[in-house]
Amino acid sequence: MIHLPVLIVVTPLLAGAISVLLNSRKGAWFITLLTSLFCFYASINLMQMVQETDVLSYTLGGWAAPLGIELRIDALSALMLLILTGSALLVSIYALKSVEKEIPEQNQVLFYTALLMVLAGLIGISVTGDAFNVFVFLEISSLSTYALISLGRDRRALHASYQYLMMGTIGATFILIGIGFMYVMTGTLNMQDLSQRLPAVADTNAIRAAFAFITIGAGIKAAMLPLHQWLPNAYTYSPSVVSTFLAATATKVAVYVMIRFELSLFGAEFSLLQMPFDNILLGLGTVGVLGGSIYAVYQSNVKRMLAYSSIAQIGYILLAIGLASESGFTAALLHIFNHSLIKGTLFMALGLIYFRFASTELSVMSGIGKTMPLTMAAFLIGGLSLIGVPGTAGFVSKWYLVTALLDASLWPLALLILLASVLTLIYIGKVIEVAYFRPVTEGRIRQKVPQTMIVALWIFALSNIYFGLNSDISFGISSLAVNQLIGVTP
Amino acid sequence: MSIELLYILILIIPLITAVGVLLCHKKPNVRETVTIIGGISLLFVVANLALTYDFKEPVTLTLLEPFAGLSLALRLEPLGLVFALVAGFLWPVTSLYAIGYMRAHHEQNQTRFYTAFAISIFATMAIALSANLLTLFLAYEMLTLFTLPLVTHAGTDAARRAGWTYLGILMTTSIGFLLLAIIWTWSLTGTLEFTSGGILAGKAEPAILGGLLVLFVFGTGKAALMPFHRWLPAAMVAPTPVSSLLHAVAVVKAGVFTIMKVSVYIFGIDLISQLDSAYWLSMLAGFTIISASIIAMNKDNLKARLAYSTISQLSYIILAAMLGVASGVMAGSLHIAMHAFAKITLFFCVGAILVSAHKTKVSELDGIGRTMPITMLAFLLASLSIVGLPPLGGSWSKWLLLQATMDAHNMVLLMVLLISSLFNMFYLVGIPLRAFFAKPVDPNYSRGIKEAPTFSLIAILITTAGCLVLFFLVNPAWNLVEQILP
Repeated sequence: MIHLPVLIVVTPLLAGAISVLLNSRKGAWFITLLTSLFCFYASINLMQMVQETDVLSYTLGGWAAPLGIELRIDALSALMLLILTGSALLVSIYALKSVEKEIPEQNQVLFYTALLMVLAGLIGISVTGDAFNVFVFLEISSLSTYALISLGRDRRALHASYQYLMMGTIGATFILIGIGFMYVMTGTLNMQDLSQRLPAVADTNAIRAAFAFITIGAGIKAAMLPLHQWLPNAYTYSPSVVSTFLAATATKVAVYVMIRFELSLFGAEFSLLQMPFDNILLGLGTVGVLGGSIYAVYQSNVKRMLAYSSIAQIGYILLAIGLASESGFTAALLHIFNHSLIKGTLFMALGLIYFRFASTELSVMSGIGKTMPLTMAAFLIGGLSLIGVPGTAGFVSKWYLVTALLDASLWPLALLILLASVLTLIYIGKVIEVAYFRPVTEGRIRQKVPQTMIVALWIFALSNIYFGLNSDISFGISSLAVNQLIGVTP
Repeated sequence: MSIELLYILILIIPLITAVGVLLCHKKPNVRETVTIIGGISLLFVVANLALTYDFKEPVTLTLLEPFAGLSLALRLEPLGLVFALVAGFLWPVTSLYAIGYMRAHHEQNQTRFYTAFAISIFATMAIALSANLLTLFLAYEMLTLFTLPLVTHAGTDAARRAGWTYLGILMTTSIGFLLLAIIWTWSLTGTLEFTSGGILAGKAEPAILGGLLVLFVFGTGKAALMPFHRWLPAAMVAPTPVSSLLHAVAVVKAGVFTIMKVSVYIFGIDLISQLDSAYWLSMLAGFTIISASIIAMNKDNLKARLAYSTISQLSYIILAAMLGVASGVMAGSLHIAMHAFAKITLFFCVGAILVSAHKTKVSELDGIGRTMPITMLAFLLASLSIVGLPPLGGSWSKWLLLQATMDAHNMVLLMVLLISSLFNMFYLVGIPLRAFFAKPVDPNYSRGIKEAPTFSLIAILITTAGCLVLFFLVNPAWNLVEQILP
C-alpha cells in the first residue's frame, strides 16, 4: 500500500517492457488491460488516502529529497490519476477490436507497448514531486505519442505525427529551459523546495524568463491558441484508440503541468498577479473558445470537428484558470474531469463509425441513427453533454464556470461563453441531423459491431449522466485540490 | 395515496406510456389504446392531486441533488396545478383527435409520433410541478428536445428547416439568456427555490434586477415574445395534432407559465411593479399583441393565421405578468386555461378541414359550413372565446385582464386589449361566418355533409364543450388562481 505511488508509475513501464519481450498480440492487449486495471485500482486507493492525509510523499529508493526524487501526490494529482487511469481502462477494453481492425498486425505489439509508455509518462508527470522528472516523463509520453499517431491508417498520419513532434519537442525543450533557469537560481529541483526558494528570487529576469518558457512550453502541449496547430491533424489522423485516449488525457496533463508550476511552484500571487497571466489566460481562453467552436462548425470530417471542439474546451479550462479565483480554479478542475468523459464518449463513438465505414466524414454517417442506434445514442449523450444540456456532466462544468465568471463580475464574458454553447449546438446538431434525419446510404442491415467497444463506449456515456446528476465526487475532489493548491503558496 | 406518490406517478405515467407505445409498434390499435389509457390515468392522478392537496401545507419531493445546495425537486402550487390540469386533460383529448387525424391522413412514423408525444407530456408535467428554477430549466430544455421529432415529423426539407429554426431560437434564448439569468439569480440570492413573495427583492440594484427580468423574459423563447417569435409559425409545418397540443397547449403554455412563475415566485409582484423594465416589457407585449394580430389578418393560410393569433394571445399573458398587480396574475393564469381550450379547438377544426375537405386557406372556406357544420360551429364558439365574449370561458380572462390594466393605471394597454379584441373578431370570427353565410367557392361543397373523422370530431366536441363549461362553471378555476397570491 505504501508503495502505491511508485507502483502506479513503474507498472506501466514494466508492462511495456514485458509486452515487447513477449511479442504476442493478444498477450500485449491482455497486459495492457491488466495494467490499466491495476492502475485504476491504485488511483482510487490513492484518492482515498489523499482524502485522509492531504498529501502523500514517497521518496524513490529511500534517497531523501532534494537530491533524491520525491513523488508527491496531493488531491490535484489524485484527480489527474483518476482521469488517466479511468480513461486508460476503458480504452483498453475498447482497444481489443479497434486495434485489430486499424493497426497492421506486425505493429500491434509495438502499439500496445507505446500505449503503456504513454500511460506511464502521463502518470509520472502527475505524481512526481521533482521538476526535472516532469520533463523526463513528458518526453517519455510525448515520444510514445508521436509513434502512436504515426500508426494511423491515413497517409497523412505520418505528417501529423511529424508536425506534433516538431511542436511538441519545442514545447518540451522550453519547459526544460525554464526548469534549468529555476535550478540555476535556486539550486534545487525538488518542487517543495522550489516553492520555498522561488519567492526570494522571484524578482529576477531569470525567473520571469523561466515562467514564460514553462508557460509557453506547457501551452504548446495543451494546444492553447495560437499554439494549437498540431492538434487538429494529430487527432484526425491517429488511430481511434489513440485519439480517444489523447483527447481525454494528454492536453489535460499539459494543463496540469501549467497549474502545478504556476500555483504550487511560482505561487498564485506571482503567476497571476505579478506576471499578468490572468488577463493573458482570459484573453487566450476566450479566443480559444470562440475560435475553436467557429472552426468546428465548418468541418466536414467529424473527427476534425471534435478536434477543434477540444481546442475550444481547453479554452474554457484556461479561461477558468485565468479568473484567478477559488471558484474559477474549481470550475477549471471540474471541467478537466468532465471533459475527459465527454470527449471519451464522442471519440469512441467515432471510432465505432470508423470501424464500420473506414471514414469519419459526415457524408458517410447518413442515416446511421437507424443502422448504428447504440453508437449514435451514445454520441447523442456525449453531444448533449458537450453542449451543456442540464442532466449531463457538461452542464455541471458550465454552471460552475458561469458562476465563477459572474462572481468576478464578468457577465459579458459569461454571455459570450453561453453563446459559444450555441455554436456547439450547431456543429453537434449537424451530425445529429445527418445521422437521424437523412436516409440511410447503404442497406438497412444492422451490422454487428464488437461488444467490447460498445460496452466501453456506454460506460463513458453513462458516466456523463451520472456525474451530471450527482456532482458530489467530482466537485468534492476539485474543491479539495483547489484548497490545497491555494493554501500551498508560501 | 401520499402526495409524493402522486408526484412520482404524474411523471412516471407518461414515460410508461411512451415505453408501451414503443413496444406495441406492430399493433396500431393496441398502441393507440395504450396512449389513451395513459392519458386518462394521468388525468385521474392529476385530478386526485388537485382534490387532496392542501396549498397551506406544501409538499416537496426532492429527486436528486446534482450540485451542492441545488436540487431537482417537485412542489405543487396553484399556478402549477392550473397548468398540470390543462395539459393533463388535453393530452388524452388530443390523442383521441390524433387517432382520427393520423389515420385519415395516412401519416408515416406514427409510433415515433405517439412516443414523442408521451415524453413531451412528461417534460410538461415536470415543468408544471417544478419546485425551483433548476428543475424548471432541465424540464424546459427536455421539452425543446423531445418536441423536435414532432416538429420535423414530415421529414421534408421544409420540416427540417423548420426544425432548425425551432431548435435554434429556443436553445439560443434558453442557453444564452435564461441560463445566464438563472445562474445570476443563484449568485445573487444563493437559492433557486420558488418562494411566495419572490427571492430577489433588495438583493441588487434596481437596474441589475431590471436587466435580470429582461434576460428571463427574452430567455423564455417558448413564450414567443417578439422578436423571438419566428419559431412558432415555422413549427406549423408539423401535423395538426402536434400544432394543437404542443403549440396551443404544452410548449407555448410552458413558456408563459415560466414567465408567470418567475414573476410571482422569483421576483414577486411587488418588485415587478417597481421595475422600469417590467413596464417596457409590458409595452413590448402590447406591441406584439397588435402586430401579431395585424400579421394574422393578412395570412391566408389557416395554420399561419392561428400561429400568429397564438403569438398575440401569449403576449396577453406576458402583459398580465408584467403589470405587477394581483388581478394581472389571476388574469394571466386564468387565460392559460381559457386560451388552451379555445386554441386547441381552433387547431382541431383546421386539421379536420385539411383531412376532410383538403383545404388549407381561408379564401377556400366560403360556404364550407354546409359540409362541415359541427366543425365550423365549434370554430365559431372557440373564436368567440378568444375574442372574449360570453357565454364562452375566454370572457372571464379577458374581463379580468382589462381590470388588471386599469388596476395598473395603464390606459394604453387597456386600449391595446380592446383593439386586439376587435382584430380577433375580424380575423377569427370572420371565418365561420363566411363558412355559413357566404356562397360556396368550391361547387363540391353542396354534396352533403362530410365531417371530420369520428374520433377527431369527438375531440372537437369535448374541447368546445370545455370552452362553454369554463364559462358557467368557472368557480373552481377562479378559486384556484385566487390562491396564487395569498
